Amino acid sequence: MSQSTDVADFGSNRFASALLTAFTYLLGIIFFFPVAWMVLNSFKTEDEASGSPVFFFEPTLDQFRLVTSDIAGRASFSEVYTNSFFVVLLSTAIVMILAIPAAFALSVRPIAKWRDVLFFFISTKFLPVVAGILPVYIIGRELDLLNTRWSLVIMYTALNLPLAVWMLRSFFQEVPGELIEAARIDGASLRSQLTSIVLPIVAPGLAATALLCFIFAWNEFFLSLQLNTSDAQTASVWVTGFQSQRENFIARLSAASTLAVLPVVIAGWIAQKRMIRGLAMGAIK
Amino acid sequence: MAEVKFVEASRIYPGSDEPAVDRLNLDIGDGELLVLVGPSGSGKSTALRMLAGLEWIDSGSVHINDKDVTLSPPQDRDIAMVFQNYALYPSMTVAQNMGFALKQQGVPKQERTKQVREAARILDLEPYLDRKPKNLSGGQRQRVAMGRAIVRSPQVFLMDEPLSNLDAKLRVQTRTELADLQARLGVTTVYVTHDQVEALTMGHRVAVLNFGVLQQVDSPSILYSRPKNRFVAGFIGSPAMNLIDVDVSGDSVLQVAGLDIPLSPEVAAALKTSGPGKYSVGLRPEHMDIGTEGIAGEVAVVEELGSESFVHVSTIHQGEPLLMEVRAEGQTKIKRGDNVHVAVRGPAHLFGPDGERVGD
Repeated sequence: MSQSTDVADFGSNRFASALLTAFTYLLGIIFFFPVAWMVLNSFKTEDEASGSPVFFFEPTLDQFRLVTSDIAGRASFSEVYTNSFFVVLLSTAIVMILAIPAAFALSVRPIAKWRDVLFFFISTKFLPVVAGILPVYIIGRELDLLNTRWSLVIMYTALNLPLAVWMLRSFFQEVPGELIEAARIDGASLRSQLTSIVLPIVAPGLAATALLCFIFAWNEFFLSLQLNTSDAQTASVWVTGFQSQRENFIARLSAASTLAVLPVVIAGWIAQKRMIRGLAMGAIK
Repeated sequence: MAEVKFVEASRIYPGSDEPAVDRLNLDIGDGELLVLVGPSGSGKSTALRMLAGLEWIDSGSVHINDKDVTLSPPQDRDIAMVFQNYALYPSMTVAQNMGFALKQQGVPKQERTKQVREAARILDLEPYLDRKPKNLSGGQRQRVAMGRAIVRSPQVFLMDEPLSNLDAKLRVQTRTELADLQARLGVTTVYVTHDQVEALTMGHRVAVLNFGVLQQVDSPSILYSRPKNRFVAGFIGSPAMNLIDVDVSGDSVLQVAGLDIPLSPEVAAALKTSGPGKYSVGLRPEHMDIGTEGIAGEVAVVEELGSESFVHVSTIHQGEPLLMEVRAEGQTKIKRGDNVHVAVRGPAHLFGPDGERVGD
C-alpha cells in the first residue's frame, strides 16, 4: 500500500471515529433525557411541571417534602424504603450464595450433564411471569405469604438465580485451568480452590452480577404489585400511588420516582468501574 | 526422594482413537533429572500430567516409590509442578503463593514463614516477597513458580516447559541455574520440553517420544551417538543429522551421490544379513568435511555462526536433488555458488526399511 492511501485511510478513519463519537453522544442524550426531565420536574411546583416546559425556574423541595410526609392510608416513605432494601438485599445475597457454587460446578469443575443443567436454568426464564402469577398467588395465599416481604424475597431469588448462574459461569470460565490444577496439586480442597483462587480473580464479575440482581429486584414492579397490596409495599409500587385523576401530579410523581431510583443510581455509580471491568471480562482473554 | 515408574501406562482422550500416550514403560531413578522430549503432540506433556494426577490413566499404572498412585488425586502424590506459564495465583503475594501449599497442609504460620524465607533465599526472591505476580518480570515469576515447588520439599518435581516463556538469553542462564538447583536438592525431577538442546544439556537421561510412543531413553551422549531409529536420529542434534534415502541392491554397497560410504564392520555385516531394500544413511554435519575429494556439489547456503559455519551443499543423488548440511570452520571463505567436494570422515548411521538402526 502506498503512503498516500495510508494517509487517506487515516483521514477517513478519523472522520468515521468522529461520526461514531457524535452518534454515541446523541444516543446518550436520548437515553438520559427522560431521566433529566424527571429530576428537573421533581424540583418544580405542580403548575410549573404541568405547563409548557421551562428550563429556568426557582427550584423547590416541596414535592420531596410532600412525598416523604406521612399521609394516612398510604405507606410511608421510610417503610417503603425499608421494605425494598430488605427484599432486594436479602434476595441478592441468597442468589449469590446459591449461584457461586452452582456456577463453579458448571464451569471450573463441570459436573456430568452440565449442559442440560445450564439449559434447565435458563429455560425457567422462557415462561412470562404473568403466565405463572396465578399458581404463584395461590401458593402464596396457602402459605400465608401474601402481603409479606418473604413472598418477594423468594420470587426475586427465583427470578435472578438463572441469570446470576449464567453470568457467573461465564466469568468463572475465564479463570485459567492451570491455576486450578496448581491449586489441586498444592492440596487445596474444592472450597479452598473456590474461595482462595477463583473468587478473588472474578471479584469484578461478582460485583457486576450482584449489582444487576440488585437493579432488577429493585425495579421489579409486577410481582410486587400482585403479591403485596399494602403491608409490604416496595418503592416501585409506591411511586404509582402518586398518580391522580383529579389534580396535577407530574411534579410529585417525579419527586417520588427520583427518590425511588436513587439507590440504584448510587450503587451503579459506586460499582461503575468494577461493573465495566466485570462486564468486559469475557471480552479480554 | 523417590523413584518413579510408568508401567504400560496409556491415555486415550475422549473422542480420539489414537492414544495420546501409548503403553509407556519408564523407570526414573531416585534423584534423577529425566527429560521428556518430543515434537508437539508427542504425548510428553500428557505423560507428565498422568504422573501429576491431572490426567486420567486409561490402562497401566504409575508408581511413586513403589506405591501405586494411578488412582490417587494430585494432592496425595507428594509432587510439585511448575507450569509453562507459571500458574501463579494472581491475587496473592509472592510469599502467599509460595506458602499456599503449606497452608493447605495446616503448617503453622511461623513455620510457614520460615520455610518460605528459606526458599526465597535460595532463589534470590527475598526482596520480592510482598509483591504480586503482575509486578514481577518473566524471570522472577519463573523463580516464584520454582519457589512454590521447592518450599514443600516434595518427592518429585514435575516441570512442564518451564523455560519456554523466557527470552533466549535468560533461558540459557536459567537452564543452568535449574540444573544446579536440582543437583543440590537431589529431588527426582521429570522435565518436559520440546527443545532438544534443553533436553541434552539438562537431562541425566532423556526420553524421546513421538506420537505417544517412547522411542528411546538414554543418556544424552548415547542418544546422540547411537540413535535407535530414524526419528531419534533426525530429532536429536542441532543442526539435524543428514538423513539420505539409499536403495541397497544385492551387493550390499552403500553409495551416496556415487560415492561409497564407509561402514563399520558390524554395520556392514548387519547390512549383508538384512538384505536389499530402502535404507537411510545418517551423517552428522560435523562428520563431513568440505575439501577437494568426495561427493561433488554446489554450495547453496552458508550459515555463519562465528565459531563455526554450516554449509548447505546441493548435489544429485539417485537422480534426485539432495541438500546436505556440512560443518565448516568459523569465518570460512566458502561462499554460495562455489563448486566443492564433501568427504565423509565420521561414522555413518544406518537405518533399515523399518526405520530401526542397523548394526550396533
